[in-house]
Amino acid sequence: MWRIRHFEDEVKAMFARGLLRGSTHLCQGQEAVSVGVCSVLQPGDTTTCTYRGHGVVLAMGARLDRSFGELLGRAGGLCGGKGGSMHLADLSLGVLGSNAIVGGHLPTAVGAGLAAQYLETGAVSVAFFGDGATNIGAFHESCNLAAVWRLPVIFVLENNHYGEYSPVASTTLVEHLVDRASSYAMAGSSVDGNDVSAVRATTRDAIARARAGDGPTLIEADTYRQQGHSRSDPATYRPEGELDAWVKWDPISRLSQSVVAAGLASDEELAELGLEVLGEVKTAAEAALGWPEPEAASRFEDVYA
Amino acid sequence: MTTEVNYREAIAMALADELEADPRVVLIGEDVGAAGGVFKSTAGLFERFGASRVRDTPISEQAIVGAALGAAIMGLRPVAEIMFADFAGVCFDQIANQLAKYRYMTGGQARVPVTVRMANGAGAGFAAQHSQPVENWFLNIPGLKIAVPATPADMYGLLRSAVKEDNPVLVFEHKNLFGMKGALPEGDGLVPLGLADIARAGRDVTVVATQQMRYRALEAAELLEASNIHVEVVDPRTLVPFDDRTVIESLTRTARLVVVQEAPVDGSWGASLIARIVTEDWSLLDAPPALVAADATPVPFAGALEALWLPSVERIVEAVERTVSY
Repeated sequence: MWRIRHFEDEVKAMFARGLLRGSTHLCQGQEAVSVGVCSVLQPGDTTTCTYRGHGVVLAMGARLDRSFGELLGRAGGLCGGKGGSMHLADLSLGVLGSNAIVGGHLPTAVGAGLAAQYLETGAVSVAFFGDGATNIGAFHESCNLAAVWRLPVIFVLENNHYGEYSPVASTTLVEHLVDRASSYAMAGSSVDGNDVSAVRATTRDAIARARAGDGPTLIEADTYRQQGHSRSDPATYRPEGELDAWVKWDPISRLSQSVVAAGLASDEELAELGLEVLGEVKTAAEAALGWPEPEAASRFEDVYA
Repeated sequence: MTTEVNYREAIAMALADELEADPRVVLIGEDVGAAGGVFKSTAGLFERFGASRVRDTPISEQAIVGAALGAAIMGLRPVAEIMFADFAGVCFDQIANQLAKYRYMTGGQARVPVTVRMANGAGAGFAAQHSQPVENWFLNIPGLKIAVPATPADMYGLLRSAVKEDNPVLVFEHKNLFGMKGALPEGDGLVPLGLADIARAGRDVTVVATQQMRYRALEAAELLEASNIHVEVVDPRTLVPFDDRTVIESLTRTARLVVVQEAPVDGSWGASLIARIVTEDWSLLDAPPALVAADATPVPFAGALEALWLPSVERIVEAVERTVSY
């Protein structure tokens, strides 16, 4: 979780220094969802995620330097500089990619589930998406098809309380988004998305269902986006005190407290570990900054196989 | 020894042969299975290959195309059907943003062997939302290949090539040609994507046309023989890649170009072909090129109006005569 937090903080700093192009969508505060889910997956399992997907990609084990390299548009980036912040993918790790169309990757995840079922690989396909995606047609079609075919798909709904600049209650009247699972006769679970252990436990149950051939699950993970929607959004629409309350509920602080309370590590040891990860992130960022731009001719490659 | 089949049967035969040849091939779409397809173009496949390989779906075009993409990335070779080609509008994101761009955006990490079949075209009285020839919608989306077969042999050969192809291929099946009969060649019958067919040889003018318009161009050519005008009819068979070379070779003989298309002019393959020829090889031409196109309106329903919307044999004859007499 620290790796993701420091990565995102570094990305924010790089933007402030004018080193990054386009836009970026940060996930500070939501790390426990990515880490909780991905930490209980097996090799062969796959993920698709949103443009706010740096956390998922790193949680699946993507290299920090190659991830920075992709954001920087460098030849050594995960996608050779052709994807950028919103299109990180590392198929060698089962990271089928982050997507810049809200909900656009959900059908892809259904297809990965179809391949797993058809080829009998035992793999599960996980789709991460936000509360906003539950109002787009691809969500409905994907949930329904996965349910009808009983595919090993886990739909992880990261409810971070805002769809772009709009609070979820202003766009969606159903109070608990997980209730939508019943529309597809699909298993649904709610979980505290800022509690990494709870996310792991809930995901394990969903994985067990999927691998047993009992079909998909919708998990609603309640969490909070501590940054604005994108780099151009200062998030002035938040009610007074909301951010502070959620920062007190920060997933990293909460895990640290439980670890210390359980006597597994001291505050000092954790601080030291945090610094170590920070150093790792800084080193990766510096390395990627030194990498060359893609060759001009590479723009014509990979249009067709 | 050749086999006589119709266009619809050629589709089912090509799919059967690919299902037989490769266990990774699966068919998905609305009523493609137990019902044998709304156009009966998948008849018999469900019974022969079973429900796990010939899969009926809900009415969910986005999920169909997107699932084909996801399954392809993970090792299958899906053939998705989205029934009437107009429904491509429902899943445009999945085709334009997901399928076409996946390989590029990931820096070539995956192959995307997806075939998307659609029933296309006007002339059968289905009205505006079930009749538009929509292949031109996709011309401006690098990453896709586009096949527009006119004959049973080309349908069989191109569809098999599409399924074997490691890139997304949109295969347009013309609704008015389902009953068209023709011979299948001996051997595997594969037709490569990107190779035009000279449907009729002639020395005076090159007429380029696809699908339904290929047959009208051939009819026009027959009529023009009486005026001693010898028409060469070139059917590109695929729009992406487009076989410019065969057209250019034909023009080196005829120096006159008429393109016939079942679509309005703007943003069309015919306009693009003429632009390429004029900008890159204009010295080939002894006369201004002509584009016989449909009206810039939605496809009308009434039979009398729909007939006027489609380029007719008479309009092709007139365009050829004008071009030849220039």
